[in-house]
Amino acid sequence: MAVKNKKLNLKDKYQYLTRDMAWEPTYQKKEDIYPDESFEGIKILDWSQWEDPFRLTMDAYWKYQAEKEKKLYAIFDAFAQNNGHQNITDARYVNALKLFLTGVSPLEHAAFQGYSKVGRQFSGAGARVACQMQAIDELRHSQTQQHAMSHYNKHFNGLHDAAYMHDRVWFLSVPKSFFDDARSAGPFEFLTAISFSFEYVLTNLLFVPFMSGAAYNNDMATVTFGFSAQSDEARHMTLGLEVIKFILEQHEDNVPIVQKWIDKWFWRGFRLLSLVSMMMDYMLPKKVMSWAEAWEVYYEQNGGALFKDLERYGIRPPKYEDVANEAKHHLSHQLWTTFYQYSHATNFHTWIPTEEEMDWMSEKYPDTFDKYYRPRYEFLAKEHAEGRRYYNNTLPQLCQVCQVPTLFTEKGDATKLSHRQIEHEGERYHFCSEACCDIFKDEPEKYVQAWLPVHQIYQGNCGGADVETVVQKYYHINIGEDNFEYVGSPDHKRWQFIKGMAPQQKGDDEAAEKPNAA
Amino acid sequence: MPERAGPVTHKNNKVMIMSVNALYDYKFEPRDKVENFNGMQLVYVQWAGHLMFCAPFALLVEPDMSFRALIEDALKPAVAAHPQSVKADFLAAQWELNGESFTPNADASLVDNGIDHKSMLVVTTPGLDGMFNTGY
Repeated sequence: MAVKNKKLNLKDKYQYLTRDMAWEPTYQKKEDIYPDESFEGIKILDWSQWEDPFRLTMDAYWKYQAEKEKKLYAIFDAFAQNNGHQNITDARYVNALKLFLTGVSPLEHAAFQGYSKVGRQFSGAGARVACQMQAIDELRHSQTQQHAMSHYNKHFNGLHDAAYMHDRVWFLSVPKSFFDDARSAGPFEFLTAISFSFEYVLTNLLFVPFMSGAAYNNDMATVTFGFSAQSDEARHMTLGLEVIKFILEQHEDNVPIVQKWIDKWFWRGFRLLSLVSMMMDYMLPKKVMSWAEAWEVYYEQNGGALFKDLERYGIRPPKYEDVANEAKHHLSHQLWTTFYQYSHATNFHTWIPTEEEMDWMSEKYPDTFDKYYRPRYEFLAKEHAEGRRYYNNTLPQLCQVCQVPTLFTEKGDATKLSHRQIEHEGERYHFCSEACCDIFKDEPEKYVQAWLPVHQIYQGNCGGADVETVVQKYYHINIGEDNFEYVGSPDHKRWQFIKGMAPQQKGDDEAAEKPNAA
Repeated sequence: MPERAGPVTHKNNKVMIMSVNALYDYKFEPRDKVENFNGMQLVYVQWAGHLMFCAPFALLVEPDMSFRALIEDALKPAVAAHPQSVKADFLAAQWELNGESFTPNADASLVDNGIDHKSMLVVTTPGLDGMFNTGY
């Protein structure tokens, strides 16, 4: 093709470096080259209608990202040299990072794998390029998150084996199975699940809490990662919306399929985010906003406007959003009390919220906190004070689909556990909700094979018969260091030493840990 | 276009069950069949109105253990942390098995009581309905 100008304008450059890199096959059939494109039932009539959300080409991508990362790593270096971890609000904050590093960073890597795969499966070149670019973003995010938090690993416990734990530890099967479910779906469902339902509809409920939480709690390393990822995330969100509109505009037969996926992935995402709810309300010493407020702004308002906009395609808001909306008053409290009682099997610590924190919760949860949850914490605090720090020594029932313990209560009755069960081909299955049960009934073959951590322990597949052996040997959680109550933990004592409130612990490296000169 | 496995609907337990839409014959053994538990079985027990225990207990038990032994050796240790546990008379309590009301025979085995693998038991102890008027 003839090029008139020496320097291409952006539009031409984009055309040459993306769409024109593709070609029409002549001696192979298109469906043989892209065998995964049609089995989900999605009908694409014209791939050329695909609008690329950002006209970004690879050469520009490398240039922008290289500049961003140069700055990012300069800040990581400065943070480490200045012992930045000593400036955070309180060492309890680091537990949010432990959750992030084991629960979220491996998902970035899973997203990298997922987008690399679907980036091969579409016959439309525009979609392929967008997926490939997002795949590289996700790999970078996984790496830069690990680098941002690696400094903390030198000074606090529980951060030493995140990727290994992600594949084994009981509560981490919640995020892991979420992404395994998406990655084992077809390419269009993957994009509806991750690009649309997660990145577009729900991502603000993951990133804003963690990154604002980092900013509020003086974690310069993590907040700088957040800023560096922001422009990527904006691109991912735009892709999510483009994906859904493109599929819906291509054929009306696509509407019911997409609606089913939105119902499923909204709920899967909501269950996954229950971990974030407790992080927001309980693990941030200086709080950004409550989970209920975040849900109102980022789901009820923004999501409401989005689904209003999608109405013209025949799409309605996700089924069971009423359950999720009502649950905002209870979610974080039910999750935190669960982790509080199973702290002996986690790589992070739990604690009773302080008086001031409980007052904050009373204000943020006027209808539920004082009625249901404050008395529980007062009881647990008293138990602890009397030498009976509460741990639940019996393993919990898990939901067959979301893999969270069946801990949620019924909509409208916070005293009644929500539980569903069915029989399928001679086997019994249990669920945390009607929504998870629906997901199972739609594709039972996927979930009958679920690797449920509690059942795996009982089958003898996790290194031992007792919880202690499983935790230490199979999970790589160092007993007495990583797990149990925060108060009195090595992390807590180290923090008190840093702040000049306690003598140095035995075994601490004096050079590595000096109290702030200030 | 490859052979499609689904969707096919069939009646099962009075609910419509669909089938996965896959590129190939997508069939897997259930991972938690009773034979994978080395002669043992699972049973779930929930003490209604006692949310101090965040979820029903998942218990690994011998199928031929008596119902009384389930209470004494498995349930009682599991609920010991609750202040009301000392007052609870589980054998005289109201039981549900897999959603139906149920009168256990304390000296019969779990199997003979109809409590099969992955059965769900819910026990309600009249007069003991948790703490703080919130089923805790």
